[in-house]
Amino acid sequence: MNAASLIPQFTGVILAVVAAPLLMGWVNQCRAWLQNRSGAGVLQPYRQIRKLFHKDAVIAANASPLFRLVPYVQFASMCLAAAIIPSLWTGLPFAVAADTIALVGLFATARVFLALAAMDIGTAFGSMGARREMLVGFLAEPALLMVFFTASLISHSTSLPIIVETLAHSRLGIYPSLAFAGVAFLMVLLAENARIPVDNPASHLELGMIHEAMVLEYSARHLALIEWSAALKLFNYSCIGLALFFPWGLATGAYNLQGMLLAIPLTGLKLVIVGFGLALIESLNAKMRIFRAPEFLTTAFLLAVLGLLVHLLLGG
Amino acid sequence: MTGHPMDLISVTALGCGWLAIGLLGLIRPRSTRWVAHGLFPFGALLATAITTFALVALAHPAETLILPLGLPNLHFHLRLDALSAVFLLLIGVTAAGVSIFSAGYFRAGEGTAPGLLALQYHVFLASMLFVVLANDPLSFISAWEIMTLSSYFLVTSQHRIPEIRHAGFVYLLIAHLGAICILLCFAVMRGSSPEFTFDAMRTVQLSTLWANCAFFLALLGFGAKAGLVPLHVWLPEAHPAAPSPVSALMSGVMLEIAVYGVLRTTFDLLHMQLWWWGIATLGLGLFTSLFGVVFAAVQTDMKRLLAYSSIENIGIIFMGVGLIITFQAFHMPLLAALALMATLYHSLNHAFSKSLLFLSTGSVLHATKERSLGKLGGLIHRMPWVAWLTLIGTLAIAGLPPMNGFVSEWLLLQSFLFTPGLPHNYINMLLPIGAAALALVAALAAYVMVKFYGVIFLGQPRESRLQEAHDCGRLERIGLLWLAACCVLLGIFPVPLLTELNGVGQELLGASLGDQLQHWWLLAPIAPERAAYSPAIFMLSTVALVGTVVLGVRLCYHGRVRKAAPWGCGFPQLTPRMQDTAEGFGQPIRQIFEPFFRLQRELPSPFDSSPHYRVQVEDHFWYTLYTPIGGLVRRISNLASGIQQGRISIYLLYSFLTLVALLALAL
Repeated sequence: MNAASLIPQFTGVILAVVAAPLLMGWVNQCRAWLQNRSGAGVLQPYRQIRKLFHKDAVIAANASPLFRLVPYVQFASMCLAAAIIPSLWTGLPFAVAADTIALVGLFATARVFLALAAMDIGTAFGSMGARREMLVGFLAEPALLMVFFTASLISHSTSLPIIVETLAHSRLGIYPSLAFAGVAFLMVLLAENARIPVDNPASHLELGMIHEAMVLEYSARHLALIEWSAALKLFNYSCIGLALFFPWGLATGAYNLQGMLLAIPLTGLKLVIVGFGLALIESLNAKMRIFRAPEFLTTAFLLAVLGLLVHLLLGG
Repeated sequence: MTGHPMDLISVTALGCGWLAIGLLGLIRPRSTRWVAHGLFPFGALLATAITTFALVALAHPAETLILPLGLPNLHFHLRLDALSAVFLLLIGVTAAGVSIFSAGYFRAGEGTAPGLLALQYHVFLASMLFVVLANDPLSFISAWEIMTLSSYFLVTSQHRIPEIRHAGFVYLLIAHLGAICILLCFAVMRGSSPEFTFDAMRTVQLSTLWANCAFFLALLGFGAKAGLVPLHVWLPEAHPAAPSPVSALMSGVMLEIAVYGVLRTTFDLLHMQLWWWGIATLGLGLFTSLFGVVFAAVQTDMKRLLAYSSIENIGIIFMGVGLIITFQAFHMPLLAALALMATLYHSLNHAFSKSLLFLSTGSVLHATKERSLGKLGGLIHRMPWVAWLTLIGTLAIAGLPPMNGFVSEWLLLQSFLFTPGLPHNYINMLLPIGAAALALVAALAAYVMVKFYGVIFLGQPRESRLQEAHDCGRLERIGLLWLAACCVLLGIFPVPLLTELNGVGQELLGASLGDQLQHWWLLAPIAPERAAYSPAIFMLSTVALVGTVVLGVRLCYHGRVRKAAPWGCGFPQLTPRMQDTAEGFGQPIRQIFEPFFRLQRELPSPFDSSPHYRVQVEDHFWYTLYTPIGGLVRRISNLASGIQQGRISIYLLYSFLTLVALLALAL
């Protein structure tokens, strides 16, 4: 690990942190267009974050220090995840410290902390949101792990950059097992990022909300950090999906400036398409009742396991 | 082996020291000060010494010793090898934490007199130590039985309560069922050898049939102690009944001693391993872990919840054992060594974090006099020490990075990922499903732990008297700190300990990960490009990032904070009863995994003037397995009572007839 290899590492993380609200804004804007609204513009999440940072924080009188710590933990874990995910290039020295299993663990840690913070105030909404989030999580987490396992059986490694390099350089264009894994991953992405059909990010209807119920007591800079990390989470998941299933255009192998400069607009373009696709899915579907969410996620889990079995059946 | 077995002699002496401490308790059995402040800290000191000797012994070759005790020609044989040393380490570290906690915990007026309790407690510790050291069936079974009996007396220390007596009875019954199986297993493994020692068993070549018998008897016998389904029923009864430090020892150490028994018999005493043993153990472990975690999610008593969580972890450990057997049977020693590391590491992790959690429930119990989750809440404000240290244990049990539970789950998942190399197609297909189930169990464990921690420590206090709860005392705090520090250290620096554990792989499987663990900071068991995890860097970057974000926000923006009442959703008043109850938090799991439970529910009708809601979740196994067997036993004993006439002449007639029959047989 030398100093030169750290530069792309840090650049990648900073680009992810900066660009994440833009992706969120783009998805919201596309949704507005698809629903015949004019929308607030792609920069709206930045304005929102700026506004929240300027406000006075209002904290419930019986909040514990855990409540105030959690937004920082959230934001830090999403930054850490961004350091492992080859969103632009695969030369990530930090990826040695955490492989895909640790990445899933990292997402789980973030979720557990957010759920604990939601229970900290002791309101009806908080604990309900925590319960529902853990319900979504306990089915989505193994599904995500199985998706990673399918990919790592192909590449004989659990390190995400190595998986992506193998997939990017493979002679075989399409693995049938990855098709199953891809569908499962899309379902996990929707569930984990509180999108329709599992959750509706735009609604505060008590009967259905999950993520919003958990963060109801947060305000000002804490809320800004939480919203920012939610945007970063969506960005991370989108980049995982792109890297696993559409790895073209990523700068692989040793340090080469040309490939890296090319990778930035290419990834940007792919994210634009992903954002539009997400908005399309959200506009075409209705939100499910909360009791149906386990069925949706069980399907994702079974699809991911099926992908694993298909890989073994066809002999890889 | 030259010279005296110094480690073994010292450890034996320290074990006898525990016995002596126990006897000293009888001098002034009613004096809490003498027992708690005089004896328990001394016991903790001995435990730390044992830890040190265990660490030394890990690096040394095996030592043996013959004690001139026991029956003529059947002296007690002791042996200290790497496997014993690992479990000695487990006993030492856990006992040190629990003993120092107990010094502040036990007080007069709670059941058994403190002096007697100290005797039972230290006999319990010493017996577990001698189980691990035993090198012949006689001393093994003696220590094993003393372990069962002393823990039985500890469980029933409040024997005036009928439920506790019943819990003790169930425990004793199943423990003896297990002991019979273990005894039969030793009898089978003895074969035709004239000696009755483990050394002799190691040389016996059993036929496949007898090896099968021996393995499954061992699995049944040790499984009963470990709490494998369907022999788990004693665990959720006995753990809540016992005082918390005892639950901590039983769950944290005694269950792992059963794992030691399985490892010892399968890999050391038996000379062969068959692949289908591995699959059977794996399947049993898988079902046990899923069963345990699902039941833990619906519990409303905090100690019962932890007991079910122990069942889950034992299931995970047995999944590891199953993988070792499978790999070993297919002659893949390196992968077997990887699975062995995962199994041993998970045993250590479970010992430390589960005893930490049980101890903290003890502190909560003392502070609030309440065990039911439905009457706790908000304790993080009143008991900050206990709350923050418990958070570490909670994250560790939930298997979240960078805590220790994650390291062993990571190792186990890695072992699963290597199964496609097995030369057997069907097993190749089965094992990914095992990995999927393990992932599901791990995620469910996080659900359970959020429930456990959130309901007890977060939110608003559900009862007004919780406002008077006090934090734990200084000695209790040291005990909790010790175990929490072990959890964190094992989580962040796994490589040094794993390197030490290599000796066990060499000894049992003839292979170890030796050369793979080069860097102290990087866990790469097979090769860095295949799989690597560096908890130290992970932790360091997390802390650095959190610090940067906190600092950045503090520097750039104002720190104005206003305290206000939480938003009451438009209701005039926010009451603690609006929070989720323990039942409510478990409800989704109860619904999804309905076939697992036997549900009894009373729903009030809409016109009820005093509505009453009751839900009871029970175990199917009680009704489909234990009740019929109990009925059968009762019927047989009723039949047998027909020959009991209560008259001495009839009994003399029986003796006479028996003698005649025996004589007829002999002639």
